[in-house]
Amino acid sequence: MKRVLIANRGEIAARIIKTCRRLGIETVAVYSDADRDLPYLEQATVARRIGEPPAAKSYMKIDALIEAAKATGCDAVHPGYGFLSENPAFVRAVEEAGLVFIGPDAEAVRLMGDKIAARAHMKAAGVPVVPGSDHPVTTPDEAAAVADRVGYPVMLKAAAGGGGIGMVRCADREALERAFVSTQTRAKTYFGNAALFIEKAIEGGRHIEVQIFGDKSGRVIHLFERECSVQRRHQKVVEEAPAPSLSEATRRAITQAAVRAARAVRYHNAGTVEFIVDADEKFYFLEMNTRLQVEHPVTEAITGLDLVEWQVAVADGQPLSLGQDDIRPRGAAVEFRLYAEDPETFYPSPGTIEAWACPDIEGVRVDTGYAAGSPVPPFYDPMIAKVIVHAPDRAAVLQKARRFFTGMTIRGIKTNQALHLKLLSDPRFVAGQYDTSLLNRMAKEK
Amino acid sequence: MRHIEAPMAGTLLSVLVKKGDEVKAGDQVAVLESMKMEIPIESGADGTVAEIKAAAGDFVNEGDPLIVLV
Repeated sequence: MKRVLIANRGEIAARIIKTCRRLGIETVAVYSDADRDLPYLEQATVARRIGEPPAAKSYMKIDALIEAAKATGCDAVHPGYGFLSENPAFVRAVEEAGLVFIGPDAEAVRLMGDKIAARAHMKAAGVPVVPGSDHPVTTPDEAAAVADRVGYPVMLKAAAGGGGIGMVRCADREALERAFVSTQTRAKTYFGNAALFIEKAIEGGRHIEVQIFGDKSGRVIHLFERECSVQRRHQKVVEEAPAPSLSEATRRAITQAAVRAARAVRYHNAGTVEFIVDADEKFYFLEMNTRLQVEHPVTEAITGLDLVEWQVAVADGQPLSLGQDDIRPRGAAVEFRLYAEDPETFYPSPGTIEAWACPDIEGVRVDTGYAAGSPVPPFYDPMIAKVIVHAPDRAAVLQKARRFFTGMTIRGIKTNQALHLKLLSDPRFVAGQYDTSLLNRMAKEK
Repeated sequence: MRHIEAPMAGTLLSVLVKKGDEVKAGDQVAVLESMKMEIPIESGADGTVAEIKAAAGDFVNEGDPLIVLV
């Protein structure tokens, strides 16, 4: 592999360029008109315009990306996360163009992208799934029949959904009937597929996921779990490893279930198996993300590995360089997502970063695609940076994080910096005893 | 005459009122998408819709007038 096109933007494009440079691999960074001044473009070997600001006219255009890869002499494509990273048609288009896709094969992407098919597949492989639909529900009555069987509250979800979009919690039949049509319409609009399904809502659940890695010879290992329960609108805000509240027995069981899930689809490259864990530590498969995850750096911090380097090696046909027993976690790591948004209403705050200074603290890694002076466009995700803090133990991590967020200054846009500081003094978060309801509770308590 | 303005830059997803409609302060009149999030836009005052200044699919900047009320 000599030259890689990065079909993405922002911090993940910057992060992939960094590893490729270290490995002596050239990079082609693509940009929309809204992103032409972002600082990481200068770090790429080639920066190439891909289209207009809306993602549908740039980062989501399969033909334009393949054309760009060919025109610039690339031999591989890294999809990053979001955008086309979990689109099987994109995987196929890359491969048909004679390029290497740095990720799993199209079939695994397709199977896991259909959340109903994925549930069935996991059940067959002996991985526990949340009680719910075995088939799509097409009418409110069908949905209610499943909900009556599993019991309210339920989650109404889009079969082609993910990333927290296209899902609604319904407390009773009336709420389910009210939400049905709008969720169906939204699923059709966002994912091009109106199919919905029902899962029992696991109240007070913790969202715990396992990083897995497979190579093309069929070997699969895990790189431990991540606790991702600090969420707003079903989207993650803070992630950490190891999961502070999990028993050793559950940690073993959940990581083994994740490996079983990945083997069941002959998975290769980086993937994440997401689970919901209830108060009794019973865990259920939620979905598998067939790509590098936003929060992969917490795993890198505790394992000392570079997951992008591993992705490149596996895509290149090399076997995994380490076995399961060679990988031991050290210390604790927490990632804080810095969002351009109001810390109280969570409404987005696009604009221009007028000034931005971060304290330099040992063990703190800041991944970003922006700098002081950068415009933060309204077209894409509000995440402007990830702050990853690593230390020998969790208490030391939190202490460093407090120093970081107290010392950081940013002007021109609103961010959730204040929310992170509040979280860092919340007794439940500090004790590591929290579930997905934490941020909502904190908002109500103020 | 009062304007209902875009609270932030984004793409107008839908306009929920039409010319001649009566609206009350707090009524949701449009939906804006910004940074992958749907933002409900509410009327700041009571009035009658005199003009719609932007259509679904339009990109609007913070402060752009969307709806004129009389």
